[in-house]
Amino acid sequence: MSTDTATPAAPKEGLFSKKNRKLITDPLDDNNPITVQVLGICSALAITVKIENALVMSISVLFVLVFGNMAVSALRNLIPSRIRIIAQLVIAAGLVTLVDILLKAYVYDVSKQVGVYVGLIITNCIIMGRFEAYAMGNKVLPSAMDGIGNTLGYAWILVVVAFFRELFGSGTLMGFRVIPESLYSTEGGFYFNNNMMILPPMALVLVGIIIWVQRSRNTKLLEEG
Amino acid sequence: MAFDKNSNGFTFGFATVLVVVVGTLLAVTYMGLKPAYDENVRREKMQNILGAMGVEVDRDAAPTRYQELVKSAFLVDANGKPVDGDGFALDVLKQYKAWKAGEIEAGDMVYPVYEADKEGTKLYVLPVVGTGLWGPIWGYLSVEDDGRTVHGSLFDHKGETPGLGAEIATPMFEDQFPDKTITEADGTYTGIKVYKGGSQTTDPHGVDGISGGTITSDGVDEMLQRTLAVYVDFFQSRNGTNSYSQR
Repeated sequence: MSTDTATPAAPKEGLFSKKNRKLITDPLDDNNPITVQVLGICSALAITVKIENALVMSISVLFVLVFGNMAVSALRNLIPSRIRIIAQLVIAAGLVTLVDILLKAYVYDVSKQVGVYVGLIITNCIIMGRFEAYAMGNKVLPSAMDGIGNTLGYAWILVVVAFFRELFGSGTLMGFRVIPESLYSTEGGFYFNNNMMILPPMALVLVGIIIWVQRSRNTKLLEEG
Repeated sequence: MAFDKNSNGFTFGFATVLVVVVGTLLAVTYMGLKPAYDENVRREKMQNILGAMGVEVDRDAAPTRYQELVKSAFLVDANGKPVDGDGFALDVLKQYKAWKAGEIEAGDMVYPVYEADKEGTKLYVLPVVGTGLWGPIWGYLSVEDDGRTVHGSLFDHKGETPGLGAEIATPMFEDQFPDKTITEADGTYTGIKVYKGGSQTTDPHGVDGISGGTITSDGVDEMLQRTLAVYVDFFQSRNGTNSYSQR
């Protein structure tokens, strides 16, 4: 059961060859994990109230996906096919637990806020999806690139959603006040925060708007007919 | 490949080695970082105690502020009599769970008291712990030197429903506590009730519960009634003997 046929071995392939560059750029638009593959939606809804949370989540996913992809790829010829999903899950769960321990030790406040969701990275479909679809059939280095590309694709959606949710939901960006307090109705002004933005359903609406914009720009994504 | 990677033996062997390697890695990391984590928990506790006194402080600045304001942390027994021991070191949640599990008797439980001085106002911070809907809830109540007037409060929870039970940890709920009293003027114990569906905020011994968070509110009510009864004993015996001041 050779999996190497999936990528014909091109001898002396440069690190930044066209194919490898595509591994990074494809997930940003044409093959975005959230808006095109519709993976990892749950975390996109849950943690995008603040940009800071979105960034921490993205960095955690980056760590888990890159190292997980590399580990799965390095072991791809050893993992018995009957238990390959379990083996992938052990690798993902191990890395996620590691991230959780690191967050608790070094960024405790963030860990209190995103702690619940960090545990959920294990079930983030992007992780298992990339392990199974890419890392199981490709070499270590391209797998790492694939991990970086997919996380970047995931991260920019998260940050964009979080930008709008934080701006309109709390009037701040990265925790800094953007909308002056004096404009608020409690201070005699006219402005209210949009509390809807704080709630997860608005993240779904924002993701929907991003998909709409993306599809109107990128005709490759349109279905036939 | 010289071996069959799909044989049963290799499958079991692979699974075993993978799990042992991952497990060891996690165990080593956890042991290495535990001191940093424990320090974070300790600072958060200080931050919470200060928060219940109405002192907002950064977690990094918490130890310094705590040293300045909190004069002593001691323990009282179930009858409110001071006993030996470090109040700060006691894990009240662990003790509460042991009591719930029947491992210790209610009479053997001890209760921490943090004695603090906030800009000339003497305050006693009292930890409370109980059970919400999904898991433990806890909080701190600061009481003034008269032993009955609440100065401030802070509540937190492990996993109450956001928007419902979790609202106990918001100012909307916490800000109801200042100036409530836990006894009648003659010293009769009343505790603080958490009312359901009432606008009975005129009650000096009660606060309004959380709509949609009934079980959490009941948990807060239960933990306040149960724990404050012990502390009232402490305040009343203190007035008699003043023995606390030597601690």
